[in-house]
Amino acid sequence: MPVPILQMSAISKRFPGVVALDRVDFDLSAGEIAALVGENGAGKSTLMKVLAGIHRADSGEVRIDGATVEMHGPVDAARLGIGVIHQERELIETLDVAGNVFLGREPTRGGPLRLLDRRRMHADTTRALARIGVVLRTSTPLGDLSAAQQQLVAIARALSLNARILILDEPTATLPSSDAARLFDVLRDLRSSGTAIVYISHRLKEVERLADRAVVLRDGRNAGMLRRDALSRDRLVQLMVGRAFEPPSIRPEAPAGPVVLQIERVRTGRYPDADVSLAVHRGEVLGIAGLIGSGRTELAEAICGVGVRLSGRILLEGRPLPIGSARDAIRHGVCLVPEDRRRCGVVAGMSIRENVTLPALASYARAGLVARAYEAAAVRRITTALAVKAASIETPVAALSGGNQQRVVLGKWLALRPRVIVFDEPTQGVDVRAKVEIHRLMRGLADQGTAVVMISSDLEEIVAESDRVAVMHDGRVTGILSRADCTPDAVMRLAVA
Amino acid sequence: MTRKDVTVLLLLAALCAVVATASPQFLSVTNLQNIARLVGMYGIFSIGVGIVIITGGIDLSVGSICALLGVLLSMMLVEWEWPAALALASVVALGAALGAAHGLLITRLRLQPFIVTLCGLLLYRGAARYIARDSTKGFGTGEGFEWLRAAASGSVGGVPMPFVIMCAIGAIAWLLVHRSVYGRHLFAVGHNEVAARYSGVRTGGVVAGAYVISGTLAAVSAIIIAFYTNSISPASHGNFYELYAIAAAVVGGCSLRGGEGTILGIVLGAALLQVLRNLVNLLDIPGSLDFAVMGAVILIGAIADHVFGRARRGPSG
Repeated sequence: MPVPILQMSAISKRFPGVVALDRVDFDLSAGEIAALVGENGAGKSTLMKVLAGIHRADSGEVRIDGATVEMHGPVDAARLGIGVIHQERELIETLDVAGNVFLGREPTRGGPLRLLDRRRMHADTTRALARIGVVLRTSTPLGDLSAAQQQLVAIARALSLNARILILDEPTATLPSSDAARLFDVLRDLRSSGTAIVYISHRLKEVERLADRAVVLRDGRNAGMLRRDALSRDRLVQLMVGRAFEPPSIRPEAPAGPVVLQIERVRTGRYPDADVSLAVHRGEVLGIAGLIGSGRTELAEAICGVGVRLSGRILLEGRPLPIGSARDAIRHGVCLVPEDRRRCGVVAGMSIRENVTLPALASYARAGLVARAYEAAAVRRITTALAVKAASIETPVAALSGGNQQRVVLGKWLALRPRVIVFDEPTQGVDVRAKVEIHRLMRGLADQGTAVVMISSDLEEIVAESDRVAVMHDGRVTGILSRADCTPDAVMRLAVA
Repeated sequence: MTRKDVTVLLLLAALCAVVATASPQFLSVTNLQNIARLVGMYGIFSIGVGIVIITGGIDLSVGSICALLGVLLSMMLVEWEWPAALALASVVALGAALGAAHGLLITRLRLQPFIVTLCGLLLYRGAARYIARDSTKGFGTGEGFEWLRAAASGSVGGVPMPFVIMCAIGAIAWLLVHRSVYGRHLFAVGHNEVAARYSGVRTGGVVAGAYVISGTLAAVSAIIIAFYTNSISPASHGNFYELYAIAAAVVGGCSLRGGEGTILGIVLGAALLQVLRNLVNLLDIPGSLDFAVMGAVILIGAIADHVFGRARRGPSG
């Protein structure tokens, strides 16, 4: 058996108050795709940050090609041929594609001014992109590209740095499935050319499709490893949560209650020529499916007062709502769980307590002054009910995992007893357990009479959790599927319209 | 008290101890009263600027506002013989209005705070000089408004009035910033304006409010400082005050990125700056080095905070 390209053995890492990694082993061979799987907080990211030189392990050993290596920073890791494609893309949107690929190691034409060798940058970038079968204008600003294209640029960058080990952290979290398929092709090509790939994902279906091997972490320890022939979603989930996973029970067709929320010919800034009309009935979850860029988020933002609404009306129980700002929307009980959690959902630098009470702080105040004990008690009730995992309610939200941050966002709105709640990619980047709980909560809200709208790129989620599904394409609703007709195939057909 | 407040307090205490050892004169009642008076005057507008900094903005206009309003106050009282109450109310209202103008330009037109208040700095200085025809204004012997002079040079039980006024304003500001709904929104906007807006916070109003507060407090300190100096030369009166205020806020733990800072810290920062100036005086350091000493000490403090702060924080999870 050949020496694995990478051997991490007995890696331990402790942060104040938590053991993030406890003697974790991880191997990787050239030409294989190893999935790294686990709930949020299981230690996947920490392990990969050790490998990327961002964190230093307290103990344990990293060997590359059999030789022990010491890394003091990401630069060392890059020199050793380790390339990381982070979940939050770390490229510069205003810079063009070539500038991003060569960021930090721009070729120069020499001379005292060290002028950029722009011709070489563009030529080499074109070549690097060609290696993964991508054709792009290298002078396009990165920000003008789709999420998927940006990701491919990041991969091209890593490869042009001679990365032999490629780490991808949740690469498909923001990609529509057609782009994901494209990415998988690229990864398979890289595998056959000998690149070793670590694939971190919560999407077990992808892991099943793509990985040669899956390494499961649980609570900072190795929980098990599955080879390709033994790899199945059920087994993975079992290892991840340490117990058998219950498949969601099939709910009966929801009886159509009266219409609670009516969206009438709403046009958004992104698609000024298309308008959308939708109705949400009492007790149902209305799913909105579609590819990224189909106008779903813009619709959600227009409903909830944070985005542009060029025209159209939003009626709650037959009465039009005067929504001109998020503030108006919230006052009328219309709440948004936004897609970009860190930017729009939470104030990461503030505590759980301050985040939860932010939308309705006045209701915890007397004469403009916050009644702190009352506020803390209310927040504690909410965080307990939502099972937010944190040392205390004073913990900064930045320190929480994705799932717990999402719970804080939900806590913010649940305290207000919303009448309409729009979830935009509610379970993106959250762990399996939080996902199940968020779904249960969504259902609970619908049962209590809240109009629930759920936007999701996760077909499984759309099919399993919605009572009806509206599919969007280029700013229009291309079809509405009842529960009986809603299959992944049917949704996909309407989405690509 | 936050950890940063404690650090600033310790730094201030250490500095006082050093100066007191080097020059026993430091602890004389007169000297302490003088420092307290200056801390009061500078502290008031520093609080305003600090609140703006918490929103992630900046206010460069306070020095020029101080000059313009000082000139106007003198002219209202001495040349136009307005009743004192009317003059005071006008000056404070004008300060608030200038702050509101800054706030509206920043929140409605989305201009950058630096540019808006830099233009304010230039505009109001020019206006002050033009209105006063570049001549020095004052209140003469101050007949008819002795009580106003007392607000600047008087004292209560030995404590200089400006310091007392600053404490009162500081207490109100503390409640507003650290205990009120508005204060919470202030920090939320400073940390993450987008998320605050998504949470229904009226971010424009919160930010504009901070500039109104800053303008108002600049006006209040302008009144006190005008009576304290009793000689307002429009070209130099209030020069660099905006920098004193920013320095006080930053030394006191405000982050220029917004979202961080405390009223106590800002006041301690203002005090620290005055003790430093006093040090230059008492230790016979050439007065020309005044700013250099301040700059050096603040820089050393910032470096120390960064180095030790990083050691304490450790790696982030």
